[in-house]
Amino acid sequence: MPAWLGHRSLTLIVLAAIVVLLPLGFPSSYYFRVASLVWVSAFAAVGLNILMGQAGQVSLGHAGFFGIGAYAVAIGPAHVGLPSWGALLIGAVISAALAWLVGRPILRLKGHYLAIATLGLGVLVALVITTESRWTGGPDGMSVAKLSLLGWRATGSSTWYWITGGVLVAGTWIALNLGETPTGRAFRALHDSEVAARVAGVDVARFKLQAFVIAAVYASLAGSMLAMMNGFVNPDQAGFLHSVELVTMVVLGGLGSVVGSIVGAAMLITLPQVLTVFQEYEHLLLGLIIIVSMIFMRDGIVPTVSRWLAGRVRT
Amino acid sequence: MAEFFQFLMSGLTVGAVYALVALGFTLIYNASDVVNFAQGEFVMLGGMVTVFVAAAGVPLPLAALIAVTVAVAVGLLLYWLAIEPARGAPAVTLIIITIGASILLRGAAQMLFDKQFHKLPSFSGDAPINLFGAAVQPQSFWVLGGAAVIVLLLYVFLERTVLGKAVLATAANRLAARLVGINTTTVMALAFGGSAAIGAVAGILITPITLTSYDVGTLLALKGFAAAMLGGMGNPLGAVAGGLLLGLLEAFGAGYLSSTYKDAFAFIVILVVLFAMPQGLFGRRVVERV
Repeated sequence: MPAWLGHRSLTLIVLAAIVVLLPLGFPSSYYFRVASLVWVSAFAAVGLNILMGQAGQVSLGHAGFFGIGAYAVAIGPAHVGLPSWGALLIGAVISAALAWLVGRPILRLKGHYLAIATLGLGVLVALVITTESRWTGGPDGMSVAKLSLLGWRATGSSTWYWITGGVLVAGTWIALNLGETPTGRAFRALHDSEVAARVAGVDVARFKLQAFVIAAVYASLAGSMLAMMNGFVNPDQAGFLHSVELVTMVVLGGLGSVVGSIVGAAMLITLPQVLTVFQEYEHLLLGLIIIVSMIFMRDGIVPTVSRWLAGRVRT
Repeated sequence: MAEFFQFLMSGLTVGAVYALVALGFTLIYNASDVVNFAQGEFVMLGGMVTVFVAAAGVPLPLAALIAVTVAVAVGLLLYWLAIEPARGAPAVTLIIITIGASILLRGAAQMLFDKQFHKLPSFSGDAPINLFGAAVQPQSFWVLGGAAVIVLLLYVFLERTVLGKAVLATAANRLAARLVGINTTTVMALAFGGSAAIGAVAGILITPITLTSYDVGTLLALKGFAAAMLGGMGNPLGAVAGGLLLGLLEAFGAGYLSSTYKDAFAFIVILVVLFAMPQGLFGRRVVERV
């Protein structure tokens, strides 16, 4: 990776600049909305990348945590009388607690067994959400109260653009810095070889669990933001297909690359918007684009492109 | 008691379909280490193509044959166009490719066919057969019999033919298989084709009972994958046992406990099994070499 891309503060400055400058070219509020969707998904993907890219553990049920966050801000104000921001925090705590509790036995599993266990966890969360309709509105979903803080109410797509953009920059800053802390180095060590990491004195079980909890909190916060932004939640947000979508963002952008997760999210969110022009060919083209980019950029978009750029600079 | 047999038969019927999907997963996984998330789409193709070809006036057995052929062609294309070019890519990249393929196939089916639910006529009438007080649809026997025949054929193929032994050798050690002169590329193509055929047959057999539409594949792939893991990934008999067990769990769970949480029992049991036996029920303990 060229030095200018690998440099953390520069990455962050570029991202912040993009968030600030992008709206200058927006002709309508629709663009604000799509961009906010990208920031929210990118935030969840950056978190998942800490688990998948840095610590090397797969999660095929991550939308479960996304759903917990989303339904926390829906149920909290509607049924319990909590303020939205309080419900958001409680959702994050529940997600962290669930990840911590279930993560202990699950993370002993390897490879495909870990994939099916996390998948099962996600399916169970989605099932509870769909079935307990007295609380969640069932398959139809439910409306979500607007976020209000000290008398100020967050409404409108441009407001949410700035909130989600700011949160994404903060989340990216944390993820980038995490990679350089002892924790981040421990993650990478157990990604490369669990046995070697253990021999080197890394408490493998503890660090896997940490990565899982961190990723769960990211997903939960992203879910809360999306729910409050949309003013509506439905069980699809916790479903298997959404889990798959999150994993695809991370892998498409490039496992282990924080910038990659954002690029992957941007692609998967904007592509369907662009492809709606082709109407019925939409899914066909989406599948085709995923296949072709994974064949030709098997390490993901950002690592492949930066390697290509590095090669060009050298020759 | 009649109730018990009712749940048993419906559990076995659904379980047989899960078993066939899991068998398809296992076949491809053994030959190529790819977890094929487009496996459910083969089942969908089997059902949908049969429905639409039969609707065009082709007799049902011929329509079914055409559907299996189409699925096999799609399976081979998937291998040649998407998996083979990405050979040597990380496992998770290959998984994303198969997910892309499943999105593509679903999109194509939605475009070529439609978004409606479709039904096939039962192969031998709809009059329920009384078995120990349980009313069983004749189609259930077709599903169970069909699944048994496929498992038997696969067993004979793998154990009694040279080509089948080449598949087993490739599954055991791809490099060693290539060294003794086995064309592993052919074996992998065979696995994708065979797996597609098995999926399509499952789709044709179950459509008269559960209906089909362009998006039935996702849930089936999920359940088939779960069944394969429950039995122990890579073990064909484990896949069949896992599938039947999953079907029975769902049927008895829905019957005796709560029908709304039907899908939950299966996954709770899978989590519990994996906690206690991290290699699945019939999986071998793998010693990791460093």
